Amino acid sequence: MTLTHKFLSATAALALTAGAALADPALIFDLGGKFDKSFNESAFGGAQKWAAETGGKFGEFEITSDAQREQAIRQFAEGGSNPIVMAGFSWATPLETVAKDHPNTKFVIIDMVVDAPNVRSVVFNEHEGSYLVGMMAAMASESGTVGFIGGMDIPLIRKFACGYAQGVTAVKADAKVIANMTGTTPAAWNDPVKGSELTLAQISQGADVVYAAAGGTGVGVLQTAADQDILSIGVDANQNYLHPGEVLTSMLKRVDVAVYDAFKAGDKVEVGVNVMGIANSGVGYALDEHNAALVSADMKAAVDAAAAKIASGELKVHDYMSDEKCPALTF
Amino acid sequence: MDFFTFVQILDATLRFATPLLLACLAGLFSERAGIFDIGLEGKMLVAAFLAAAVAATSGSVWVGLMAGIAGSLVLAVVHGLAAITFRGNQLISGVAVNFFASGITVVVAQSWFAQGGGTPQLSGDARFAAIIWPGALTKIRELRAADPLTQTYSELISGHAIIVYIALALVPLSWWVLYRTRFGLRLRAVGENPAAVDTAGISVVRLRFAAVLIAGVLCGLAGAYLSTALQAGFSKEMTAGRGYIALAALIFAKWRPWHALWACLLFGFLQALALRPDVLEGVIGLKVQGQLLDALPYILTVIILAGFVGKAIPPRAGGEPYVKER
Repeated sequence: MTLTHKFLSATAALALTAGAALADPALIFDLGGKFDKSFNESAFGGAQKWAAETGGKFGEFEITSDAQREQAIRQFAEGGSNPIVMAGFSWATPLETVAKDHPNTKFVIIDMVVDAPNVRSVVFNEHEGSYLVGMMAAMASESGTVGFIGGMDIPLIRKFACGYAQGVTAVKADAKVIANMTGTTPAAWNDPVKGSELTLAQISQGADVVYAAAGGTGVGVLQTAADQDILSIGVDANQNYLHPGEVLTSMLKRVDVAVYDAFKAGDKVEVGVNVMGIANSGVGYALDEHNAALVSADMKAAVDAAAAKIASGELKVHDYMSDEKCPALTF
Repeated sequence: MDFFTFVQILDATLRFATPLLLACLAGLFSERAGIFDIGLEGKMLVAAFLAAAVAATSGSVWVGLMAGIAGSLVLAVVHGLAAITFRGNQLISGVAVNFFASGITVVVAQSWFAQGGGTPQLSGDARFAAIIWPGALTKIRELRAADPLTQTYSELISGHAIIVYIALALVPLSWWVLYRTRFGLRLRAVGENPAAVDTAGISVVRLRFAAVLIAGVLCGLAGAYLSTALQAGFSKEMTAGRGYIALAALIFAKWRPWHALWACLLFGFLQALALRPDVLEGVIGLKVQGQLLDALPYILTVIILAGFVGKAIPPRAGGEPYVKER
């Protein structure tokens, strides 16, 4: 056995033992990082909840570059983890490859649909949740101008923006929605400097409520909004606590529930497409002690009424991703 | 476009230009002494991380600033040792500094704070607050209603972190040091013809180390500005190529301090403009894609370098290690 072989087998053995023991679930985070106070952190929260309830262990990994994706999934699949949950649309391409090679492992992908017999795809009706916070933004705005700051310019984020704009115009037909995207590369999820500059720019155009759907970039948006005494709206996780009294609400996308459900079902997790919307509490808005003073009874009543209509199918919010068009906003 | 929007764009220009200007001056000192410094980016990154990390731990931004400068100085010394003492290739040493910084900051941040390669959010004394000049307004919505003079005063002149003012003051200071002092004359000479300086009985090595250390301090300031003034905390790769833009600005400025100021302000202006597609749309009358605006600073650099500033001639001994005897 040559030295190289020794090293290789040693690393392989290490990798196997380092991965979770047989049939423990695993969670892989996206580039924003586990503690982005948003999407990934919400996923982590779900996994932690499962661990606290069952006492089980789960494998986890944070990638630092796009090149690691396929390897990360393979590592867990070969280590025997089941199911393997990955948070983020960018996992779709590597997962299509890996899922074929491990037909007995169940995979769960959040935010994207992968068509394979052993993959569960969880997608959210972000446009519905965004519609609700858009209504609240329009009601809270004094200037009649509200802002939207997205992360990377992709159809998914435009779906957020489009739902938001529809909510705003449903309340105030003449309201103005300013929408900006941070960038066109994955770096846009992690650029708080640009986030706060965009916020300043939107405030100077008259915006007094700003909705950030931008991962780690949103931290800069919320910070600047608080510094400038305007309201902001958080996304994915409940971000109201970041600046109590300055964050109007957060558009909840229950990534934590998706992860929790998958972990709980274990290797018997149901495959296929799972849509989480207002009807099954997959999306919604956050109300807690930090924003209670900002949300008036009228506001709550109006939003809850709209939520009930959306849930029953009476009110249909246009989904940007269905035809790449938005009736309420031009990009 | 109204007057206030214009003032605001200039205000953002100043914020964007400050780290560029500090890094550009750092490169100016180093390259004028004959040491190419590709590692501006890495030094800024390490300084940004240490400044935020130590400020978060100690609660004082000044302690953080010192730590940031110290970290940047360590890398400057490494670059100096490789490039001056051991006469290595300066570009390779600079690239090594960048790679090292980009990896080490995330690893240390992760094991220190476990927050995905960043530091916690800074607040209060752990962050450089904006200096509000007497009588200046701070809220954009109040400012909107004020008269143009108040707007200019409150937005453009008042309300920046102290490092912004320091950076601006460093421009005339650098000019004075380089062109009006004996040290500056020798420093420039060592970048043009080190043998002549050596013949005059002055240590080339000491002068070059002095230049590299000055660059280290300036990069430290630039990095600390990013993480503790412009932003409230470090996030991975937060310098985002500013070190390289500073190098482009340095060439654009033909290695002169006042020109460096204008070059950095121009690049800062372009970055600020990229954030205001609405303004551009209003002025030129058609919708411009954000991607094009983001690329604009680079496109302009290429165009300008290709023919509008004339020939940019670097210091003659730049990049060459000085060998006393063969």
